[in-house]
Amino acid sequence: MEWETVIGLEIHAQLATQSKIFSGSATAYGAPANAQANLVDLAYPGVLPVLNAEAVRMAVKFGLAINARVMRRSIFARKNYFYPDLPKGYQISQYELPIVCGGAVDIVLDDGTVKRIDVTRAHLEEDAGKSLHEGIAGLTGVDLNRAGTPLIEIVSEPEMRSAREAIAYMKKIHTLVRYLEICDGNMQEGSFRCDANVSVRARGAEKLGTRAEIKNLNSFRFVEKAINYEVARQIELLEGGGQVVQETRLYDADRAETRSMRSKEEANDYRYFPDPDLLPVEIDQLYIDTVCASLPELPDQKAQRLRQDFALSAYDAGVLTSSAELADYFETVLEKAASIPDIVISPKLAANTIMGELAGLLNRDGIEISGSRVAPAALTKLLARVADGTISGKMAKDVLEAMWEEGTDADAIIEARGWRQITDDSAIAAAIDAVMAANPSQLAQYRSGKDKLFGFFVGQAMKATQGKANPARLNELLKKKLSG
Amino acid sequence: MSLNRSDIVNIARLARLALTEQEIPLYVEGLSRIMGLVGELDRADTSQVEPMAHPLPGQRQRLRFDSVTETDRHELYQRNAPQVEAGLYLVPRVIE
Amino acid sequence: MSAPHDMSVAELSAALQARQLSSVEVTRAFLERVTRHQADLNAFISITAEAALVEAAQADARLRAKDAGPLTGVPIAHKDIFCTRGEKTTCGSRMLANFVSPYDATVVERLRAAGVVMLGKTNMDEFAMGSSNETSFFGPVKNPWDVARVPGGSSGGSAAAVAARLTPAATATDTGGSIRQPAALCGVTGLKPTYGRVSRFGMVAFASSLDQGGLITRSAEDAALLLGAMAGFDERDSTSVELPVPDYNGVLGQPIKGLKIGVLKEFFDKGLDPEIEQHIRAALDLLRSQGAVIKDVSLPNLPLSVPTYYVVAPAECSSNLARFDGVRYGHRCDNPRDLLDLYQRSRGEGFGAEVKRRIMTGTYVLSAGYYDAFYLKAQRVRQLISNDFERAFHEVDVVIGPTTPTTAFELGAKTSDPVTMYLNDIYTIGANLAGLPAISLPCGLSHGLPTAMQIIGPHFGEERLLNVAHRYQLESDWHRRVPPGFA
Repeated sequence: MEWETVIGLEIHAQLATQSKIFSGSATAYGAPANAQANLVDLAYPGVLPVLNAEAVRMAVKFGLAINARVMRRSIFARKNYFYPDLPKGYQISQYELPIVCGGAVDIVLDDGTVKRIDVTRAHLEEDAGKSLHEGIAGLTGVDLNRAGTPLIEIVSEPEMRSAREAIAYMKKIHTLVRYLEICDGNMQEGSFRCDANVSVRARGAEKLGTRAEIKNLNSFRFVEKAINYEVARQIELLEGGGQVVQETRLYDADRAETRSMRSKEEANDYRYFPDPDLLPVEIDQLYIDTVCASLPELPDQKAQRLRQDFALSAYDAGVLTSSAELADYFETVLEKAASIPDIVISPKLAANTIMGELAGLLNRDGIEISGSRVAPAALTKLLARVADGTISGKMAKDVLEAMWEEGTDADAIIEARGWRQITDDSAIAAAIDAVMAANPSQLAQYRSGKDKLFGFFVGQAMKATQGKANPARLNELLKKKLSG
Repeated sequence: MSLNRSDIVNIARLARLALTEQEIPLYVEGLSRIMGLVGELDRADTSQVEPMAHPLPGQRQRLRFDSVTETDRHELYQRNAPQVEAGLYLVPRVIE
Repeated sequence: MSAPHDMSVAELSAALQARQLSSVEVTRAFLERVTRHQADLNAFISITAEAALVEAAQADARLRAKDAGPLTGVPIAHKDIFCTRGEKTTCGSRMLANFVSPYDATVVERLRAAGVVMLGKTNMDEFAMGSSNETSFFGPVKNPWDVARVPGGSSGGSAAAVAARLTPAATATDTGGSIRQPAALCGVTGLKPTYGRVSRFGMVAFASSLDQGGLITRSAEDAALLLGAMAGFDERDSTSVELPVPDYNGVLGQPIKGLKIGVLKEFFDKGLDPEIEQHIRAALDLLRSQGAVIKDVSLPNLPLSVPTYYVVAPAECSSNLARFDGVRYGHRCDNPRDLLDLYQRSRGEGFGAEVKRRIMTGTYVLSAGYYDAFYLKAQRVRQLISNDFERAFHEVDVVIGPTTPTTAFELGAKTSDPVTMYLNDIYTIGANLAGLPAISLPCGLSHGLPTAMQIIGPHFGEERLLNVAHRYQLESDWHRRVPPGFA
């Protein structure tokens, strides 16, 4: 039988507020245990929640960015269950009336087609604390610093059909929340994570299969691996005549497998009801308009503009707009280029260098584009030297690496290393002559029809000029001389 | 409306309350009587009315300015804690 | 001049301002009575004598420096449901028997700022769940009028302490009648303000949409003085209302000529002690003689108050009390085997029978499959009851009825059946469900036990309630009666 995978994601994004959603405690990551857990976060007797204005504004921003309905009236509810990282014995969340309903994002599939993924809802809630199992003999330690950190939970429709699509969707949301500056997107620190609802069904079947929920996936790689593992597990189970059980599973990164969570085995009855300590959140049109006016240019809009203005491909525009900082970098490079007279730097060259060589260096050293050791203006100067023929595109790679290591500018490096490209025909011709003289047998073979040896002569001549010969000139002259 | 022993055992479990064998029949009886009283609500025609969520009409949630107003006072707050170590509250091992 | 314990808050205030008495003298006098009657009444859970005398000395310094407000140096007691910094706050429960609050409730903070001296923390039904004060982990409070009888609950310690002249006044809380019912049974004045009038921050929550802090005093005049100091918007309580606090004392003496009083038809039913009815009718006559217009009003859904309440209050309670899990504070069982055992035994041991009954009732009515039938149904009926009141207040300014169906009953008389106990609150619950202010006033004695009437007003109608109550108390002396042996 052929199987179809069905995936829905519940993405939890921590909102980048200064203070917690219902208290004035700091939300900074990495504080000593419980240093940022105050009376409200600890659920001391008698304390009460008061809602953070910024958390509401950020949720509204998100709603507007995905063209969702921002609800004029939303309600906080209590989700009741006992767990050591949940001090009140209930989580304040939104249940029946969330702040954001509907909306959608577009993802680009591997074949280049665009698929729309619908968002069911996005609601505000508080994060739980953390249970630590290491270092304390036989016991679990509870750190409530994270308890009460604002979260927006973004629930998708079950519209993804592969792990690749799920990743594309998650990346899209990740890009979006960082554009909106509502979440720092730091997945190692757990600022952005998801639960994946995974099921399989016979291709063509209408009814959804029984799903398993894989909890707390905090890297794109894990999401992909966990989903693929889970899909294979479910198919194997079904093909072996078994049944998938609806349950919560945990992805074990060390073993690269999902397993049932014992602690959540008990059927939950969350007994949701409206939180009587909080009143309805009411938002008016003026508020929505104000937030709307504050929205930055969004990734899709930016990509569209880059394609139009710079004739970039959909792929290049997509990569360059994957973060606002990267797109800014690209645009700054071209802006600087426009101010250099008589030289035209092609946007494609800029895009390729940024997405290729520069990205390689950033990646290698684990640096974000905003911290790049080569500033946009410096990259523009380098590209100008390619455009005016001073160096070849191939040499540009070495120059960039030297700029990266030494922090000096392109001209200084080209000058100091003598990397200036040889464009003088007589110098190139001399080198060719020397190569031809040194390789008489190859020359004879070539002249008797073995065209493939052309590459050999290019290589030798390049080597003779220490790679500095202008490749176009070299080709032309070599062809002329070889043919006698 | 009457509840039975297994209802009480399930509710107590959900509410995380240990009950002794002797207590169970008392709660079977008590909750059954209370739910009998609650059954009087069926007399009211509520088809035309929305559930009341808040005692004062027309109130809406006030929003707090986003600023950090709290400092680290975990030592004071942990004086009431039954078991702490290295700033952590301790509980029996949780298996996930 | 009379002895301090015979004086009202207003009289103490005057004597302190005039420096006829020092706060230390007054505080000592009350502390002496508190200690002397602890064994027979059990009205207090903690007596904070040392701190009280320090606060009294500070108050005297402020009085000397003419840096004092009207309440500076006046002693009061706080119900042990209000968090008090550095002092035990037990809520009448084994769960919190050793809990020392690191912070002050807003009510405590405001009264402290006004210069009030705290004598101690009064006994109460566990987590404010009870109508007789018999559910306290620290033992029942006795009614000063007859120590074989209950003082009412849950603020039984506050009511008994004020009635026995152990304190001039006490704070209290009211979720279904917990201020008014013990005030009625102890022959004192009990004011439950409008929901949202007094901050709930620092008041250990029982049922969040019903709980309201208030006062037990000897007179409406004293209640007015103290309410002004403790009421008002608090940014730490989202349900507290941003309205200015009026000068409650300013309007106390206003004539009530033309005031429209509704007599609550549904309250004068077969369950009401005929003698109580008689006393209320006499009180209505007195108010009529002052120019008030009396007419009957009907609130057809009001008889459903008790079943409505016994869904809503337990539901909220089951969730509010989930935080008591033996992890961060409060009772923890010995040697828990695992996490489940830690939760179940800590809570099983830490909570008493009535609290457990309500947690279980609330858990049940919210659980899957029952939410609509019970919780939502009750909230719909609650809206009907609220609508009834709203209609009534289009016709009349205040409504009057009894506070309790009977006078104080004997200890142990109603402990076997929860429903019998719950029906004590049949007349008081309506005001909580609708968030309305209400006051209970003594209006007679029946076989040596106090009887009481209740006045309920529209939202934020405290001024009117206190005005009517004060006019009544100007022309009557039931509120001045002292239980025999406590003069």
